[in-house]
Amino acid sequence: MTNQSHYEILKEIVKIYLPEDVSVSDITEESNFTSELNINSANLVDIILDVEDAFGITLENQDMDQMKTVKDALRIVEQKLVE
Amino acid sequence: MKGRVVITGLGVCAPNGVGLSNFSHSLSFGISGIRFHQQLADLGFGCQIAGKPEITDLQMDTYFSPLERKGLNSSGLVYGVMAGTDAWGDAGFKPMGKDHPDWDSGIIFGTGILGTDKFRESIYLIDNKKTRRLGSTSVMQTMASGISAYLGGKLGLGNQITTNSSACATGTEAIILGMERIRSGKAKVMLVGSCSDSGPYIWGGFDAMRILPTQYNNDPMRASRPMSATAAGFVPGSGAGALVLESLEHAMARGATIYAEVLGGAVNSGGQRGNGSMTAPNSEAVQRCIKEALSDAKVIYKEVDVINGHLTATSKDAEEIKNWSEALGRSGKDFPYINATKALIGHCLAASGSVEAVASILQFKEGKVFGNNNCSDLHPEILKIVDESKIPLKTISYNSNIIAKASFGFGDVNACVIFKAYKPN
Repeated sequence: MTNQSHYEILKEIVKIYLPEDVSVSDITEESNFTSELNINSANLVDIILDVEDAFGITLENQDMDQMKTVKDALRIVEQKLVE
Repeated sequence: MKGRVVITGLGVCAPNGVGLSNFSHSLSFGISGIRFHQQLADLGFGCQIAGKPEITDLQMDTYFSPLERKGLNSSGLVYGVMAGTDAWGDAGFKPMGKDHPDWDSGIIFGTGILGTDKFRESIYLIDNKKTRRLGSTSVMQTMASGISAYLGGKLGLGNQITTNSSACATGTEAIILGMERIRSGKAKVMLVGSCSDSGPYIWGGFDAMRILPTQYNNDPMRASRPMSATAAGFVPGSGAGALVLESLEHAMARGATIYAEVLGGAVNSGGQRGNGSMTAPNSEAVQRCIKEALSDAKVIYKEVDVINGHLTATSKDAEEIKNWSEALGRSGKDFPYINATKALIGHCLAASGSVEAVASILQFKEGKVFGNNNCSDLHPEILKIVDESKIPLKTISYNSNIIAKASFGFGDVNACVIFKAYKPN
């Protein structure tokens, strides 16, 4: 089950990185950041930093590698918050 | 017509005016952009005044997307993008669509060092073992070619995209390099110019060299005094200037408005020999550079009617005047009109050549020679060479035909470019 408020926070973070031809309403839990939302791979680095700031967590390289979709990101955030 | 290069667009981000109309107004009426900066005082600088373009939040939103603004902390990049995109639009061009670049258009946009504030931010993070917190834009904001790369992406240009660097000759050199590329037939349009960061990390080294004025902290607008007997050192500045250069055929085919023609130019170095050094120009090299530029432009010496000098407001100004006089073989009332833009904006370092070139070219459009500020007490050595009527203290009406612009930089490097009023014939 997805924590709805975390999902909203994440959407708010991702919004600024979307290219012109992708809108916020295109974001779903299944969205792949690079292949579906067309986010520049360099910007994934910035999304990770924003996620760290927003949730007060630290993400490791392996977490970053696993973070392909919005759902992946939410799962990792929940894990880190429990730890 | 073949090989002729014209100027079809201008853009500027100067301490006394952001945008062409503001800049032109300030130059016409002698409005200074030199201000006191509390930050420099707080840091214990000897010289606490500087020239810095005033950019509003609204302007930032106009030129940069919210994503581009995120973490943006490179003032030179901001100035350069504003001037560069303005010049491109002024020439009547639009950014390319998302699929293909414009293969015939390129960029030569110089700088000395870029993004010093961003670099400082990065250094603190790295030293605190937080390298991974740098984010994705620290490289592009601090690499010298960040400015040409950024503009290249915004406009979608596919010809040569590069950044030149030759200290305070950078901007003038960029114009010459762009002209040569179009002349050689390798490009049809070149966006050329230069930018320089503002702030203590750029200006500190000059303060340490004790070549900046320290006695005008309470009277900043009188501090930059080129050609004056009381010149006390150059006032540090910052900003960007940009020009769109285009082959005459290309400009005419699309019915572009033409500001002026770039007739020719030359760059050289005194090799830090003779009276040249890392920080001072070799006079023989300066004179050769001026002569070579005129020869490249096929202009005879008496045809030059306006000079926009390098004239930084140091003791070297008189020597520069002497070099112009000897190179052109002209003096007294026969000397061309001469002006020093730095009196109003300070020395914009790597940006100086391009910002002052824009000032030079606006004189064709306005039918004016912009006045000189802060030199009612002309240096006696200068008065021995040039009649004071040739150094107008107020802006005068004058339709110039040939304007020479020169810049000299650390490393004993020189650049001189010759502009001509454009007359269709």
